[in-house]
Amino acid sequence: MNIWALLILPLASAVIITLLTRKNKDLSSYISIGAVVACFAIVAPYILKMFGDPHMHPEEQAFIWLDIPGLMVEIGTLIDPLSIVMLTVVTFVGSLIHIYSRGYMHGEEGFSRFFACLSLFIFAMIGIVISNNFIMTFIFWELVGLASYLLIGYYYQKPSAADAAKKAFIVNRVGDFGFVLGIIVIFYATGTVNFAEVARHIAAGEVSNGTLGLASLLIFCGAVGKSAQFPLHVWLPDAMEGPTPVSALIHAATMVAAGVYMLARTGFLFAAAPAGAMEVIAYTGGITALMAALLAFGQTDIKRIIAYSTLSSLGYMVMAVGVGGTNAGMFYLMTHAFFKALLFLGAGSVIHACHTNDIWEMGKLYPKLKITAVTFILGSLAMMGIFPFSGFWSKDEVLTSAFTSGHTLLFIMGVFTAFLTAVFMTKLLIVTFFGEKRYHGHPHESPSLMTIPLIILSIFAVIAGVVGIPGVEPSFGDFMPSFGEGHGEHHFNYFVAVTSTIAVFIGIFVGWLIYSKKAIDNKQLAANWSGLYAALVNRFYIDHFYDTVLVKGIYNQIARISNYIEVYIIINFIINGSAYLTRQTGKALRLTISGQLQHYALAMVGGVLVIMMMYVIL
Amino acid sequence: MEGFPILSAIILAPLIAVVILLFVQERMIALIRTIAVVSTSISLILSFYLLFAYDKALGGYQFIEKIEWVKSLGISYHLGVDGISVAMLVLTSIVIFTGVFVSWVGIKHRIKEHYIFLLLLVAGVFGVFASLDMLFFFLFYELAVIPMYPLIGIWGSANREYATMKLTLYLSLGALFALLGLLSIYFTSGAQTGVYTFDMLAISQLSFDSGYQIKVFLPLLIGFGVLVPLAPFHSWSPIGHAAAPSAVSMLHAGVLMKLGAYGIIRAMWLVPEGAQFWMPWVAGFALINIFYGGMVAMGRKDMKFMIGYSSSSHMGYVLLGLATVNYIGVNGAVLLMFAHGIMTALAFSLIGFVYDQAHTRMMYDFSGLAKKLPFVAVAFAIMAFASSGLPGLANFVAELMVFIGAFKEYPIHAIVAVFGIIVTATYMLRSIRDVFFREPQDKWDHLKDATTFVERLPFVILIIVLMVVGFYPSILVDLINTGVVPLVDKVNASTLG
Repeated sequence: MNIWALLILPLASAVIITLLTRKNKDLSSYISIGAVVACFAIVAPYILKMFGDPHMHPEEQAFIWLDIPGLMVEIGTLIDPLSIVMLTVVTFVGSLIHIYSRGYMHGEEGFSRFFACLSLFIFAMIGIVISNNFIMTFIFWELVGLASYLLIGYYYQKPSAADAAKKAFIVNRVGDFGFVLGIIVIFYATGTVNFAEVARHIAAGEVSNGTLGLASLLIFCGAVGKSAQFPLHVWLPDAMEGPTPVSALIHAATMVAAGVYMLARTGFLFAAAPAGAMEVIAYTGGITALMAALLAFGQTDIKRIIAYSTLSSLGYMVMAVGVGGTNAGMFYLMTHAFFKALLFLGAGSVIHACHTNDIWEMGKLYPKLKITAVTFILGSLAMMGIFPFSGFWSKDEVLTSAFTSGHTLLFIMGVFTAFLTAVFMTKLLIVTFFGEKRYHGHPHESPSLMTIPLIILSIFAVIAGVVGIPGVEPSFGDFMPSFGEGHGEHHFNYFVAVTSTIAVFIGIFVGWLIYSKKAIDNKQLAANWSGLYAALVNRFYIDHFYDTVLVKGIYNQIARISNYIEVYIIINFIINGSAYLTRQTGKALRLTISGQLQHYALAMVGGVLVIMMMYVIL
Repeated sequence: MEGFPILSAIILAPLIAVVILLFVQERMIALIRTIAVVSTSISLILSFYLLFAYDKALGGYQFIEKIEWVKSLGISYHLGVDGISVAMLVLTSIVIFTGVFVSWVGIKHRIKEHYIFLLLLVAGVFGVFASLDMLFFFLFYELAVIPMYPLIGIWGSANREYATMKLTLYLSLGALFALLGLLSIYFTSGAQTGVYTFDMLAISQLSFDSGYQIKVFLPLLIGFGVLVPLAPFHSWSPIGHAAAPSAVSMLHAGVLMKLGAYGIIRAMWLVPEGAQFWMPWVAGFALINIFYGGMVAMGRKDMKFMIGYSSSSHMGYVLLGLATVNYIGVNGAVLLMFAHGIMTALAFSLIGFVYDQAHTRMMYDFSGLAKKLPFVAVAFAIMAFASSGLPGLANFVAELMVFIGAFKEYPIHAIVAVFGIIVTATYMLRSIRDVFFREPQDKWDHLKDATTFVERLPFVILIIVLMVVGFYPSILVDLINTGVVPLVDKVNASTLG
């Protein structure tokens, strides 16, 4: 029973705030915080249970939502270690971010609206995590999209925020186009949408290889949208228009990871799919990781830099799933949730102090913002993957999966991405917290409502890797569902660990040379590689291409041509034309009814003559 | 309520109100409005009673009333409802009930006449959904269509003469085709059995020669298709919306268009082999509706035109669902008729609310209205998301069922139809951004939000219905399914025979 409370509490919170307590800001925020903390409290016993029994039997509860002949859809819950891990991330990180938001959003006009949307998000996100079937996943998948839309558009009066919200929703819809078709393909292949049932049909070999490949790629489209993989990654950097806690919770820690979670949840499908389909997934992830790490260099906005690093991390996770390392992907997802939420909240704290997003207007903030800076540095070290921080273990798992599965190219791309990440994170740290002072005003440390979540998250960013350290029992791999041959694998590969660590240290050194020692002039570098630099600043012109070619060039032109056909051809020419013709015919015929007897007599005589002539001729 | 003629009561409530209104003085506005509210609430309560009293286990036609009218010609006043018609009656009663309140706010002159025509129209719609006699079916249909002429001509906005003339011509032409089809069935069945009757229950028991079925289905399809509106006979509809006052647009898109789809369902029931033959064509034209309608909607700047073309796009999903002739698709189509009726009523009532104050509907004239009109903005966003098929709102379930049903019979059509969800989301979210988001403008400072009970009630009711059906679709689907299963079985069995 209490599992359903996970859905009911946050939904009730959103509804109560919207309808009743909107005017009372404090009460609204307490309701929202209370709901998410209560959810964490419900999840907590399950975490203990899972540690006690890593191979716990999945608990499934369901009621029928829709039942017509041939189609039965349930709303159901599936509680197993995979969902417990994700629930922990969502409710724990979610709780911290809710608390942080009370400080960060202080004095905002739409304070209550913000918390109502956060609760709506938690509701939808938990729905995805505990879902036991494809259609329920899709339902909540769309609802997180709604929450994301509302929160990106939080400052709706700002045109850029209004555009970003719309863009996020529509780009996700493009991915959903595939997702819906994928669900339908699976439904017709197996006759059900329930995960366990579909898995059973696939395991029994009832589904052909071609269908499996098609279905897995279509389902993957959904993940490409939600987890912002190339070529649908364009919405995520723009999504930074939302308030920073939103970026931390939705656009870093949880929602964007939902795509990866969904791939893990439906791993039975991908494990059975033909190798070609998996290669597509792996390379999509690899390309996204590398491309995003490069693009991070073109940015000067602290949130956007972290956003590109998020894209890169998501690429890592997807790549891991694609090479068969679902455990590694989920492990990375968990550690990433901690250190990336930390980085965003830290960035929020910096923005709160400096009132700007531009890192070149910061500098030397360390003495002013000690707690923020220290926690931010810890998060960055975890993100770069330095031993023994959490990111080291999870990144190592991802790279090991790529390496041992024989994807050498992906492994090299992964290591190179790690190197690039180290460079731009070093740059970010130096430019923001050290070097010369460039900020204006008098920045001061954020209130404890904001720093305490930072401290807690930094602890987890440091130690969360412990569950994935080889040899420690029970280990993360035990929790994960295992498919195919990659059975709870835990192979520590010294070659991989050493290679990636060297790459990271070179990266830090290069970053230090350029931005701290200034042995290499970064402006000169940009000038020498101006073409590349312009490409980076312009995001490889991908957004530009979509905007001018696909949207303005094709999509809007079809709309314009359709309108032309509608107005000029159908309405004006055919319809009004036939009306005109009718009217003119009427006018012409009216001439024959002149009302003058002589005309009629003339016509009569004429008619008689014609008939007589016809008689004569025939 | 055993023995109480509940269907007649639903139809008569607005008609009696019309008679009473004839004797009420024009200036007694409060009384006029009260009569309208009371009569439509009677229909509303009774149709909700049907929703729960209809025996789903039993199925078939229930609450049957039959009075012989012209015995020699086989005409009788014959009412009865199945699961599909109950859902449609509930839809109609919700839309007219909220429409009365929308007119309460929006109609400022000739109030009495306005309500008289509105109630006449809705009595006709109730009658169509409840009739089991072809002649009454047709008469009620005409009763529903004719009041549109004065309603748009008198209370309409820009271009109303052109719009109302065009609408009436189209609908009359459609009615003519439908009448030809129905009369042909009457004479053919009479010649076949020797008993001439308009009784649809009796006729549905007969089996006609398949060549005849194919021939007679076409005029019925065109006749009812015009009302749907089936492309390329659709162009009367958006301009009709645009010129009509809010409550009339609500009824037009919410209910009248469903009469067309309902007529096609009845035709499928009477001549199943004809339906079998023509359905692939219907699926093809449905696709034109979906894609072309959506694309035209995307290019429109006038909000009412946008929703008008979007309606013809959504009715394409309904046609596609019907064309699948399988349980999932047809259930989806009927549920979408309901969902779209509610959603589009909400759309037109909201746009009307803004238009009545701002005197423009052009999206480029607005920006930042959410600041000034938060309630309207939220309601509009809910409507837009419902239209885009967001889960939690009624349209999603219906569209998903149509997609699943269609994929089985027409996979290529289904793919294009699913692509339609991107198109819908694009123009709907564009309209939110253009009208409600971005910086507020001083020139719209005088606009007022919906604050009073009368202003908010219609929006709140429609939103609640969208959410209840969205969260728990079984409340309607279980009912609709009882009507869909025998229909689909009948059409599919016809090919075996």
